Amino acid sequence: MAVAGNTLLHVEHLTMRFGGLVAVDDLSFDVNEGEITALIGPNGAGKTTVFNCITGFYHPSEGRLGLRHGDAAAWDMLDALTDSGARYRSQRGGTLFLLERMPDYLITHQARVARTFQNIRLFPGMTVLENLLVAQHNRLMRASGYTLFGILGLSSYGAAERAAIDKARAWLERVGLLDRADDPAGELPYGAQRRLEIARAMCTDPVLLCLDEPAAGLNPRESAELNELLLSIRADRGTSVLLIEHDMSVVMEISDHVIVLDYGVKIADGPPRAVRDDAKVIAAYLGVADEEEVAEVEAEVG
Amino acid sequence: MSASGDRAGEQPRAPRGPAGPIPAARAIDRLASSVREAAITAALAFGLFLPLIGFETVTNMRNEVTLKTRWPLLFAITAAVAIGRLAYMLTLGPALGRRRLRAAPAPSAWRARAGGLFVPFAIALVVLYPALVIVLNGSSGALKWIDNFGIQILIYVMLGWGLNIVVGLAGLLDLGYVAFYAVGAYSYALLAKTFGLAFWILLPLAGILASFWGILLGFPVLRLRGDYLAIVTLAFGEIIRIVLVNWVDLTNGYAGIGGIPRPTFFGIPFNAGDDGFAAVFGLEFSPLHRTIFLYYIILALALLTAYVTVRLRRLPVGRAWEALREDEIACRSLGINTTNTKLTAFAMGAMFAGFAGSFFAARQGFISPESFTFIESATILSIVVLGGMGSQIGVAIAAVIMIGGTEIMRELDFLKDIFGQTFDPTQYRMLFFGLAMVVIMVVRPRGLISRREPSVFLRERKTISADLVKEGRG
Amino acid sequence: MEVFLQQLINGVTLGSIYGLIAIGYTMVFGIIGMVNFAHGDVFMVSAFVALIAFLVLTAWAGISSIPIALLIVLAAAMFFTSLVNWVIERVAYRPLRGSFRLAPLISAIGMSILLSNFVQVTQGPRNKSIPPMVQGEIVLYRHNDYPVTLSYKQLIIWFVTAALLVSFWYLVARTKLGRAQRACEQDQKMAALLGVDVDRTISMTFVIAAALAAVAGTMYLMYYGVVSFSDGFVPGVKAFTAAVLGGIGSLPGAVVGGLLIGLIETFWSAYFSIDYKDVAAFSVLAITLIFLPQGLFGRPDVEKV
Repeated sequence: MAVAGNTLLHVEHLTMRFGGLVAVDDLSFDVNEGEITALIGPNGAGKTTVFNCITGFYHPSEGRLGLRHGDAAAWDMLDALTDSGARYRSQRGGTLFLLERMPDYLITHQARVARTFQNIRLFPGMTVLENLLVAQHNRLMRASGYTLFGILGLSSYGAAERAAIDKARAWLERVGLLDRADDPAGELPYGAQRRLEIARAMCTDPVLLCLDEPAAGLNPRESAELNELLLSIRADRGTSVLLIEHDMSVVMEISDHVIVLDYGVKIADGPPRAVRDDAKVIAAYLGVADEEEVAEVEAEVG
Repeated sequence: MSASGDRAGEQPRAPRGPAGPIPAARAIDRLASSVREAAITAALAFGLFLPLIGFETVTNMRNEVTLKTRWPLLFAITAAVAIGRLAYMLTLGPALGRRRLRAAPAPSAWRARAGGLFVPFAIALVVLYPALVIVLNGSSGALKWIDNFGIQILIYVMLGWGLNIVVGLAGLLDLGYVAFYAVGAYSYALLAKTFGLAFWILLPLAGILASFWGILLGFPVLRLRGDYLAIVTLAFGEIIRIVLVNWVDLTNGYAGIGGIPRPTFFGIPFNAGDDGFAAVFGLEFSPLHRTIFLYYIILALALLTAYVTVRLRRLPVGRAWEALREDEIACRSLGINTTNTKLTAFAMGAMFAGFAGSFFAARQGFISPESFTFIESATILSIVVLGGMGSQIGVAIAAVIMIGGTEIMRELDFLKDIFGQTFDPTQYRMLFFGLAMVVIMVVRPRGLISRREPSVFLRERKTISADLVKEGRG
Repeated sequence: MEVFLQQLINGVTLGSIYGLIAIGYTMVFGIIGMVNFAHGDVFMVSAFVALIAFLVLTAWAGISSIPIALLIVLAAAMFFTSLVNWVIERVAYRPLRGSFRLAPLISAIGMSILLSNFVQVTQGPRNKSIPPMVQGEIVLYRHNDYPVTLSYKQLIIWFVTAALLVSFWYLVARTKLGRAQRACEQDQKMAALLGVDVDRTISMTFVIAAALAAVAGTMYLMYYGVVSFSDGFVPGVKAFTAAVLGGIGSLPGAVVGGLLIGLIETFWSAYFSIDYKDVAAFSVLAITLIFLPQGLFGRPDVEKV
């Protein structure tokens, strides 16, 4: 099967079973490079399970999750890589990863997929700055000669740490948390914690940023700020974004592409406007296809 | 025991406004309820102590167990508990209750400044300690104070700091830490006796061997969490001890290994001979020389542990340990290899235990499995937790209180004048040790110093309150 | 074959004692999620109470009927040990409920040190041995002069354990207290909102755990005829192993785990090396936790991402 050139993440026949329960059933979709893709669906549709498969926290029961770095021609290696049993393969200017074969930390470290969590997972007892430095662990670890040079106090590590702090400072400025840099993360208000978690994920330099309900619990103003932040992340760095969201104002306003899940099955896939008018989607959200209620939903999402 | 019984069901009383009863009636009311409370406590204490204090099992000449009674003691203890409870209810209880309702006061500027001076002052004190003791007690009395107090406490400070890396920073609960201490001690003893290698060569070697064992034992258990990890590490600790007991060919079993070479002053032995330390330096021979030398070795080792830990906390690996304690899943989502990170914490902690172990063997000249029982692990862990997990100053203070406190019970000979010549205060050492563990935990569940100092800051270093710092699940 | 049968009988007897202690670990862990480190020492205290009660009855009260004496000893041990455990929970664990997770564990370790040293100080450090309470045995089968025997005391242990397990099962499965316990295990806050007295339920859990440990302590004293202040730690760890092996939180698991540990230890001593019998138990603990952390009957603990 040919994969389109601008595809960044190619999910194919993804199935996740927990005992007898099929949480995700034969799901296939693509995330395009430089786009914001939204994964929506009613509660319990299996959205977070898809995230957990992509980021390696679950090992899918079946399916293939390809991720490309660099040259689009890398997709030509997909079948060869699958047959080889390796985790990734490089050629000329491109590398192809099979995420289902990688442990979670390598997905972030090598395949450069970062994520946030539905129930925010910061390091509450560490400062905001420390949170962002932990996100740059692997680079700093190399710079500290895997601790050895660092213990001896060699200057190369000092320079790397300063660079890491500068990067953290830049992100803090961007999410408006610079003056809280030395406060413990657990003391921040809820909306700020959400922004910090995004900044922390961005400090790992991802090509794909996966956000699990980033607007949950935010007020309308904070929601609007979030939209701006995500759009600017994409604009400045070309980072692709995959997000799970219930807040339709976020989904409709910023996403380029929407995928709808219901009971682990994909029921719609396309641009936001088309998905919004899809009868199956409306039925899934309401449970019935009642004309009146459909109209209500349309009013709400529009 | 019952005296500190907290009536958990008791709600804070309604505010006493002008509508409340008149003061005299209130005082009588309070007295009555206190007396009732004290009577209940007395009845409980009586029941609690009736079998074990009321009766004493005595083995007679024919090796039969017979009973003796101790009614006066039982009644005295019951009365003491009742009076203590009554006094608590009438004086301290209400005051403590009120204090608990108020928020903790913010540390004052004076205290912050004193805190900054504390570390240099404490280091100066421990460096000058032997001289101080000699001045105060004369050279004959000083031996005990340097050896039993100074060296003994410093060993536990070092072990506490080593375990603090594993428990306090990485949040991994290790109840078998003594195993690595044993590995260090036996490595030194066996290698020094078999190959005649010097202390300074074997010290790092013992540390490396112990950290190797740390990785070996750590690897299979690191996916376990919390109490389970604690129990498996306990099991490993016990397995190593049982092997030491039973592998008689290597370890000489319960009899232990004696005649372990003592450290020399860079090749000059501490003996009364012509090439001994005293003769070379033109001093009169005294066993104190070696003790003072040992004191400075363990002081240097302990300070090394503290220094390395302080450095590590500011390096990515140290931050990753703390992040691991805060949230392991978030660490994985940030590309941190949590297995390796945990293993480095285990290995690092084990290495310092190995250093301490080889020092212990060199200081004692004799080791046996008796020195490496579970109680040792529990002691070290309790020092870490009582001190406040992660806080090096807290750990040091806890070691001084717990080890110094139990050692000082050996010195309380004047109690014999009160309780009679058969009274032996040393018997009560571990009893009070256990009691202190319970009491400190109940009073300060997060330990003596529970605030966290950030490892890096942009503008100002702000201490982080203990309520935010997680304790780790692993 | 004869050796095997004899060891089977011995192993089941030892396993019954472990199982009774293991229930205490499993119940307390189930309801407040803490490893009650002092439970082994509570067991040791109960054996001392039984010893003293036995001496009071035989030497002072002059009761010569062993069955009556045994019953009274059992009742006394259960009563006083329950009281001890009730006070321990009240004083050392309840103030720490809901705080820092390590605090109750350290408090329990402190309590364990306190209990064993309290007994050492008050009763002396020596082993206390009593003349056999129950003598006699049934020869089940004899082959080549090797008799396979079942002693009366083993029979008593089997019978008492079985009877207690049945009544205990009834208590947990059929009574209001049992229902409250199961509710608190699931969700303490919700249980409290629905009118369950959580404090009382937890207190009662400690009382029941201590009562079962006291039965084990009495049986232990009767079986071995000797007890010392340091006898709490190793049986405690083994019973905890049993609880983990059976799946911590599962009551039938604790009993099955206890029997398995008893059998493993007995057969290991008989066929391999008696010196390393504790290693066998500890290895089982480590292996179970590493490869089957949920135990035989436990629910798997899945961490939600």
